Amino acid sequence: MTSPLQRKLKIAGPTVVTANRLADGAVVWLSPAGGWTDSIGAAAVGSTSEDVLRLLDIAHGDENTAVGAYPAPVRIGADGTPEPANLRERIRVSGPTVALPAGASAAA
Amino acid sequence: MYVYDEFDRAFLQERVVEFRDQVERRLAGELNEEEFKPLRLMNGVYLQLHAYMLRVCIPYGTLSARQLRALAAVARKYDRGYGHFTTRQNIQFNWIKLAELPDAMADLAEVVIHGIQTSGNCIRNTTTDPWAGAAADEVEDPRLYAEVIRQWSTLHPEFTYLPRKFKIAITAAKHDRAAIRVHDVGLRLHKRDGKTGFEVMVGGGLGRSPYIGKTIRDFLPEEDLLSYLEAILRTYNLGGRRDNIYKARIKIQVHEMGAEAFAQKVEAEWAEIRDGALKLDKAALDAIRDRFLNPALEDLEDAPASLATALADPDFARWHANSVAPHKAKGHAIVTLSLKPVGAPPGDATADQMDAIADLADAYAYGEIRVAHEQNLTLPYVRQKDLPALWAKLKAIGVATPNVGLISDIIACPGLDYCSLANARSIPVAQKLTERFADDARIADIGRLHLNISGCINACGHHHVGHIGILGVEKKDEEFFQITLGGKGNSKARIGELIGPAVSEGEVVDVVERLVETYLDLRTSPAETFIAAVQRLGTDPFKERAYAPR
Repeated sequence: MTSPLQRKLKIAGPTVVTANRLADGAVVWLSPAGGWTDSIGAAAVGSTSEDVLRLLDIAHGDENTAVGAYPAPVRIGADGTPEPANLRERIRVSGPTVALPAGASAAA
Repeated sequence: MYVYDEFDRAFLQERVVEFRDQVERRLAGELNEEEFKPLRLMNGVYLQLHAYMLRVCIPYGTLSARQLRALAAVARKYDRGYGHFTTRQNIQFNWIKLAELPDAMADLAEVVIHGIQTSGNCIRNTTTDPWAGAAADEVEDPRLYAEVIRQWSTLHPEFTYLPRKFKIAITAAKHDRAAIRVHDVGLRLHKRDGKTGFEVMVGGGLGRSPYIGKTIRDFLPEEDLLSYLEAILRTYNLGGRRDNIYKARIKIQVHEMGAEAFAQKVEAEWAEIRDGALKLDKAALDAIRDRFLNPALEDLEDAPASLATALADPDFARWHANSVAPHKAKGHAIVTLSLKPVGAPPGDATADQMDAIADLADAYAYGEIRVAHEQNLTLPYVRQKDLPALWAKLKAIGVATPNVGLISDIIACPGLDYCSLANARSIPVAQKLTERFADDARIADIGRLHLNISGCINACGHHHVGHIGILGVEKKDEEFFQITLGGKGNSKARIGELIGPAVSEGEVVDVVERLVETYLDLRTSPAETFIAAVQRLGTDPFKERAYAPR
């Protein structure tokens, strides 16, 4: 029987933990070293719910660097690195799918 | 324009200092996210998909040229050079860094604008007719009362933690251009026996559970406006649901209680407070009225010869037909600037455009600009004789697309390209639709047609009240779009009817085109508008054509 105190997380495949950087809101991923990276390809990948819960614990313990951490599904690309597995995460990786208005700057 | 007093200015300066301290403490780790989040939200700062978003309040949609330049400067200095005008007459900046937000707010405070009342479960920025003070069909200028409500509601200690957000809209014209019937409270200013008062509607709203507001008072004398609003808010604050975020808006309370029972509770509360401190006496109203500096319009004749000559140009005539509205003052006009060019995100304006519009407002419109809930801008005081010159300059900066009120004048939320709540993208659908309906003559022939798109059930794109509404949904990581038909946001507001199963992103533009073709085939004459045809025919003929096997 499962203890009511035992946390559950259902994952369907390889998963990373992503958040927004506190200082500027930029999208970041938890790295294998327990820090944050701005490249999804360098993110730590969990393949079991225990893995991902452990990554989430690390992420939630560092809310002064990145906020709103959550697990995001990935697929493993031909080069062995994670890639976003759904539209929302693809947009978070690549930015808006629409061109910024003419005259807008790419970055502040 | 309302001229803010020293109290307002000092308050905003103090608020910036306070927020700067909060940000510094958050960045230093002295505040955790749970503590900080409500503080940033009270200043209009959201965390979206890619970055922080600052929503700036534009009280009742009125901006001075100086304020618009300040917004342009913030866009340029702290963001990526553009802003997004919203369906609540506000503007959003999508890429601001937390560490720079206090500086951006300090710059905005210099021109007395801010992000207060643009987020959180408080009384939000009151919206009104973008033509207020200028409209030919207006009973009285509703901005006076919007400002009264602003002064009462800002930081109202009793109503800072309501069950959910609370939105008030006012109109004072025959034609409702503020969508008052889909607000938590809608106020329709009118006269009875020479006295000013309001029809009061409650419980309207869109989102997951759309409702049209119910009238609970036909005529509320102006002096009782605040006490009656206070009674409504108290009834909601005490009785509104806090157990379920999806049932926490006043519309659910009104629906569950019934409008009559809700009204009885309000009246009972009001009886206790109506003659108290919130009574608006003439002196109090006059003091606020006196701080509105309205332009001294020239005494001019309608239809000057220069305008008649210009109207011989078919391009100018087409723009004039849908972008220029009658003014209460002879020889003047109201001009709408379309922020809906073909292929562009609806409601976006670059910093350069904002600066140029501010210059044109100074040159041609007494320095005043309005934001419309349709995500366009308006110049409310333009001399008719200046229209040809103004048109040429608006065209040069890309805000004179002759599509105001037509099918490509699309209301759209930011959708999944920016918003953390969205399920589907709105902007690409809007872009494709404007490209499909890019021909000026064709859209003029189609005539008045409001097409609204939301990227999720929260309905920020007001899809429920679009003549054609499009709602993005997600199924197994694919975007699909539900289509509604027959919605209206005006004085005869109604919720659109879902016409069938959701269609794929690849199909949605074709389906809309088939709806339009059905209308063109079945209308009795070009004088019968799309919405009139839908009301006459019902939705069946449209459904059949939209979903016909191909």
